[in-house]
Amino acid sequence: MKPAIRAENLSKCYRIARGPRGDSNLTERLTGNAKALWERFRGRVANAEDFWALREVSFEVNPGEVVGIIGRNGAGKSTLLKVLSRIAEPTGGRAEIRGRMGSLLEVGTGFHPELTGRENVFLNGSVLGMSRRETTRKFDAIVAFAEVEQFLDTPVKRYSSGMYVRLAFAVAAHLEPEILIVDEVLAVGDATFQRRCVDRMAELARSGRTILFVSHNMQLIPVLCQRAILLDRGRVARVDDASRVTQEYLEGLVKGARTGDLRDKPRTGDGRARFVRAWLADLAGQPTVQFTCGEDLRIQVEIESSVARVDVAAAVVLTTQHGTRVVTSWTKEVGFRLNLRPGTQVFECSFRKATLRPGHTIMVNLWLSDGEVMDSVENALVVDVSAGESHKHLSPDAHQGVVVFDYDWREVSAV
Amino acid sequence: MHEPPATTAAEATSREAIPEESLPLTVIAPQSGWDVLNLRELWRYRELFFFLAWRDVKIRYKQTVLGLAWAVAQPLATMAVFTLFLGKAAGVTAGIDHYPLFVFAGMVAWAFFSNTVTAAANSIVANERLVTKIYFPRIIMPMSTVGVGFFDLLIASALLVVLAASFGVYPGWTALSLPFIVVLLGLAASGVGTLLAALIVSQRDFKYVLGFGVQLWMFATPCVYMSSEALGPTARTWLPLNPAYGLVAAFRDAMLGRPLDGYSLAVSALAGGLLAVAGVYYFRRVERTFADTI
Repeated sequence: MKPAIRAENLSKCYRIARGPRGDSNLTERLTGNAKALWERFRGRVANAEDFWALREVSFEVNPGEVVGIIGRNGAGKSTLLKVLSRIAEPTGGRAEIRGRMGSLLEVGTGFHPELTGRENVFLNGSVLGMSRRETTRKFDAIVAFAEVEQFLDTPVKRYSSGMYVRLAFAVAAHLEPEILIVDEVLAVGDATFQRRCVDRMAELARSGRTILFVSHNMQLIPVLCQRAILLDRGRVARVDDASRVTQEYLEGLVKGARTGDLRDKPRTGDGRARFVRAWLADLAGQPTVQFTCGEDLRIQVEIESSVARVDVAAAVVLTTQHGTRVVTSWTKEVGFRLNLRPGTQVFECSFRKATLRPGHTIMVNLWLSDGEVMDSVENALVVDVSAGESHKHLSPDAHQGVVVFDYDWREVSAV
Repeated sequence: MHEPPATTAAEATSREAIPEESLPLTVIAPQSGWDVLNLRELWRYRELFFFLAWRDVKIRYKQTVLGLAWAVAQPLATMAVFTLFLGKAAGVTAGIDHYPLFVFAGMVAWAFFSNTVTAAANSIVANERLVTKIYFPRIIMPMSTVGVGFFDLLIASALLVVLAASFGVYPGWTALSLPFIVVLLGLAASGVGTLLAALIVSQRDFKYVLGFGVQLWMFATPCVYMSSEALGPTARTWLPLNPAYGLVAAFRDAMLGRPLDGYSLAVSALAGGLLAVAGVYYFRRVERTFADTI
């Protein structure tokens, strides 16, 4: 059996422009601009640095296999999908795709708000590579899946976001290529709809379709996929059984996040200000490792800034190891004015009486922005939750939910 | 300790195989040099061309209150302006029987040309999300903008015929050449637009070039507002190198039952064809980097 997808040494290099130097005079800047213009005209970027988003990526996917692609942000997952779906051209290497390929890189692309649901189904179908006859044939199934029958002749700009997403996914899900590329579409819609999306993917997989699935959801990957490819900084770090690879990936994450030093972490943002350290603090502000359920969860971060900015926004987001968001704390929501000065500053974000279920490992994600994202670090810190005296009775099983409330049971007299 | 069961999704069970012989093979690899037009691929995507053209027409008439009226507003308004300000100028109108009709006919063709150039040039950046998310031959995007222009052209032409009849002017046998002229005009326009579209992707400055360039171009297409008799012989020799010149004039002559100027039509058709080929070639050459540079 010939593989459905074979990638051989796929590489993709982006040229990234470095920022302009601040101390040049007007003439220097003008000549610099002219030079940059000329270079760009010739297809180059002045002051550019090479960034290898993919380096010699090789793997094979057999027909009918569902393969997950995992890795941190910036590991090259999206680039790989873009190259495979022919949106971006590789810099080197080659890939062979056997069969018609459809991609769900983002649902709803090609939808036009002014057009009605019906019109958009046909337009979107055509954009995704379905013929008009094919769309006509599947039209009823698509509409039924999306549950928008009575709004078919309403412009989609009047749709609720849920309806919009359902219709968009329905069109894409009824595309029946031999190979399907899916990127995180399952993150949309309500729980019931997500469930149906997962079922639909499983159904497509059962009917012999090859699926390449990118997700941050580490619970879904082993359920949906047989094998997984772990990408790390553009390289294939591991290809193996899906549950084994996710396990390894999660362990790696935890190990990496223990140190508290963030300087070498993969991140996004322009770097005018950066998170350099993050730690779990005890009452005295000293770093500690264990967090006890029900106590105040204090995250302290050290920010190193090269600029002075007033009232920037920062967020500390807690997620589970599997990437499910638990809670967000945002400076703007509580009206905290975070003023940056050049140099280092330390801030504390404190979640009061955080009743996280003991046994969980919580990932701390950091984000800083003044309109442009300055720094964003995923999985900056790992917090293990243990049960204190007051919560000893709680089950440490991670499957029983991330958060606990004080609750009790009683019998009420029948009416 | 008994615990509530953790949820697990149903495992994928038996698989039916799809026969592998008939599957198309796509090879993804960096390409270099001037790749030829992949006509077979374009043919597979022909429906998308019509869908995008249809979408643009639909949206145009949904978003605007006046709808159909916009198709004729531009040539009508220009006709009024030129008639008021140039109609009395000596020389400009030499040898023209009905100046308003003359300007309107020229403007109908010019509006088709210029609007298509503008729409085609902006099409890629205007559809950035599509370009960065989904693969299709990008050339379909600028090419499909001909649709809206063509639709407007049909409506404006209908009005033109009525207007001409009210002046007692009727199309003659030369009207048979109209489909040919319109196709050439559309080709030249989308060719220029395609070239600009590719340039705008890499450098937004070309957007501004486009803005005043189209205005200047109209003045370089004097057949819209003055008779060829008023131009010198040198101008008549060289102006057809501007594809709009000969094609716009031919459109008007064919619509108004006048004899065609074979020389300017042939030269302009050739120039338009060459521009289209150059535009499409350049576009195809750089289109695979669009997602990276847009």
